[in-house]
Amino acid sequence: MRSEGIRAIWAVLTVVGVILLFWYAASVPMNIKGVLTEFERAGQQVDPPKAVDRRDMSEFELVIDNPYAIDETWEQDRPRLPAPHQVAEELWETTVEKKITSKRSLIYHSWVTLSATMLGFAIGTGLGILLAVGIVHSRVMDLSVMPWAIVSQTIPIIALAPMIIVVLYSIGIQGIIPKAVISAYLSFFPVVVGMVKGLRSPDAMQLDLLRTYSASSSQGFWKLRLPASMPYLFTSLKIGIAASLVGAIVGELPTGAVAGLGARLLAGSYYGQTVQIWSALFAAAILAACLVGLLGMVERSVLKRMGMAQ
Amino acid sequence: MTNGKAVIEANGLNLTFQTNDGPIHALRDVRLSINKGEFVSFIGPSGCGKTTFLRCIAALEAPTGGTLTVNGMTPDEARQNRAYGYVFQAAGLYPWRTIAKNIKLPLEIMGYSAKEQEDRVRNVLELVDLEGFGGKFPWQLSGGMQQRASIARALAFDADILLMDEPFGALDEIVRDHLNEQLLALWARTEKTIGFVTHSIPEAVYLSTKIVVMSPRPGRITDVIDSPLPKERPLDIRDTPEFIEVAHRVREGLRAGHSDEE
Amino acid sequence: MILVLGAVLLWLFGWWLNSRLASGPQANSRLVRFLAPLIFGLTIIGIWELFVRGLNVPLVILPAPSVIAVRFAGSLPILWVDFVQTIIKGALSGYIIGCFSAFLMAIAVDRWDFLRLGLLPVGNFVAALPIVGTAPILVMWFGFDWHSKAAVVVVMVFFPMLVNTVAGLREATVMQRDLMETYAATYWQSFLKLRLPAAMPFVFNGLKISTTLALIGAIVAEFFGSPTLGMGFRISTSVGQLSLDMVWAEIVVAALAGTAFYGLVAMIEKAVTFWHPSQRG
Repeated sequence: MRSEGIRAIWAVLTVVGVILLFWYAASVPMNIKGVLTEFERAGQQVDPPKAVDRRDMSEFELVIDNPYAIDETWEQDRPRLPAPHQVAEELWETTVEKKITSKRSLIYHSWVTLSATMLGFAIGTGLGILLAVGIVHSRVMDLSVMPWAIVSQTIPIIALAPMIIVVLYSIGIQGIIPKAVISAYLSFFPVVVGMVKGLRSPDAMQLDLLRTYSASSSQGFWKLRLPASMPYLFTSLKIGIAASLVGAIVGELPTGAVAGLGARLLAGSYYGQTVQIWSALFAAAILAACLVGLLGMVERSVLKRMGMAQ
Repeated sequence: MTNGKAVIEANGLNLTFQTNDGPIHALRDVRLSINKGEFVSFIGPSGCGKTTFLRCIAALEAPTGGTLTVNGMTPDEARQNRAYGYVFQAAGLYPWRTIAKNIKLPLEIMGYSAKEQEDRVRNVLELVDLEGFGGKFPWQLSGGMQQRASIARALAFDADILLMDEPFGALDEIVRDHLNEQLLALWARTEKTIGFVTHSIPEAVYLSTKIVVMSPRPGRITDVIDSPLPKERPLDIRDTPEFIEVAHRVREGLRAGHSDEE
Repeated sequence: MILVLGAVLLWLFGWWLNSRLASGPQANSRLVRFLAPLIFGLTIIGIWELFVRGLNVPLVILPAPSVIAVRFAGSLPILWVDFVQTIIKGALSGYIIGCFSAFLMAIAVDRWDFLRLGLLPVGNFVAALPIVGTAPILVMWFGFDWHSKAAVVVVMVFFPMLVNTVAGLREATVMQRDLMETYAATYWQSFLKLRLPAAMPFVFNGLKISTTLALIGAIVAEFFGSPTLGMGFRISTSVGQLSLDMVWAEIVVAALAGTAFYGLVAMIEKAVTFWHPSQRG
């Protein structure tokens, strides 16, 4: 068993290593044209010397003709594809070396996005669980609302995001609330659907057992349905929080927000600051991984305590 | 017994599994020969290695010591030669194939012609009394019928040996009696060599010409009983003194195996 | 005020109707299962209309459904052009490329255990990330036109599809694999006859999840730059011009396209995995 675990770690490290190697390799042809143009401007000899001639040549040919330029493809200011270490440096500089209050600190921007995510997630999850309870207990709600909750999963409802931002702005609401609204409705529907499934997961025999005790429906809820729904709840919470984060990021796009990871992405793409885009992207990825990982840990400990997992 | 030619021969067979809690002796020093046309049952409590032994014959497990030949070859060669049909505890029919298509599965893999496939499907469906059910999907049939279909699937490519791992274990007793009767009739007609794992004493005694009693930790053979019962066996043979005598000896063998540890 | 009162009455009426249906003798029939959500939906639209008119909600906050319908009917050519640009060119081509390459990758992952051990945790990790964030990069690489949108969609659908397919290919039970072993079946025989059919419910699960992701990717990517057409472009520019009726019309298109796309895949699924318990019930 232990050797299997070690093998898995090796396998993951190998895959990550291969990805990094591939990334470095890809940076060379991706950036070679830009590097050669810089060299030409600096008066250096490049082959072929004119930018016009280079434009239609393949990147690989240019790399072979100008091998001395390879080093520079990993060090450009605004590369088409920044090398891994450039992204890592930028991440380091903008998190550890900048003060948290600075507008250039990624921690500050991450916090702006995270707070909206968490607020929206809490609202969406709370309402989602309430609606699920309603659906399970009321036949009318089940018939009327449940199909729409399911259909909503097939619709790119995130397209509503720009409108929500602008409409709320026009009635004087801005800042964290509009983004939280988007995060809330994106996490709402997965939670409803998952929670309904979970609350319905007890089988007929388990329900019949409670009936033989003539348990009330609220006793049935607290003692059977709610505990049985926990694994389903956590699964949909993990989906929901990822959706919430995407919602908060997308919510930062349309108004030209100045703070938040989405704003960093957008600003980076306006000014061609690729390193900034990549570092914002990684910050978002790390944030998502932490949130999902944290939920996973809570899930394991809760389910363990409830005797549903080893 | 009848032909006196061994098709399966095990000598000093050992199999040890390495686990976290140390090695487990699934089989120790198993010595057995099975002749052509015999019906051999393996009986014993769980963990006695009866299924493991069957899987060794089928080359689904590799022994760690001793020799084992099937039709004079290694089990793996025998498998490559499609020497046996295997029937598992559950029918394991593919739900996306009809009964007829399920029976064709091994035939497709072994490259039989389309016409040959049709003929064989018809034959084996008749053998297991499932004529007319070829077009049904497995989930439209009862458990007993599904298991019969899986026996038909094992018979389809005419292997001489039939290995059955508790094939009727999940069925109720009435269905089981019926299938036991049918299996004996089928065995009489096809003259196959059958290896049959079970944990039911009456089933083992009723079906077999030879009963192999096994016991656990380490898995080993404690008794081999040649049945004195005639080949012709109606269900009520189970009330005769000879039957009860054999059953008694099997029970004694099982108990002796247990007393080692308690 | 009368209209608002009307809205309240309409709500009560709709609810009463559905309560009757739900507690009636036909409560489990197909008809009721179809009618109840329909009545609910229509009630909501009715209330929306009455409230917006009754309270004189300005267009820039919430247009009435009738206004949206009029705009929808009047802008069909634009909506069609946007639909083709975003859904057909961007989402669909990316969906096909992404799902197909993920499927091939899944076969490789299933074949080589080392790849599975290494790539699957990475895939699971990536599947949970906010991948739409790659949109600005891909727009920079592949230009403003639909190619960059398709690229975003490829990245978005790849990992969910990969993870699902790999799980599916491992779905065949040990017993079923042993059976193939006793037939001395080759790798590809057991792949085609056992593991691939057994994987189909999972493959379709991945395909269904990916339909929605594809639309999200194609629309959101347009927020980062696009030619002057496309659903995401239209939504963001119309929002800027405060013509919310147009935004809603595009959202209606997105909703219809999403449901139709998903429904189509679900229909194919029903035909292919008719044998699975979830489809038989």
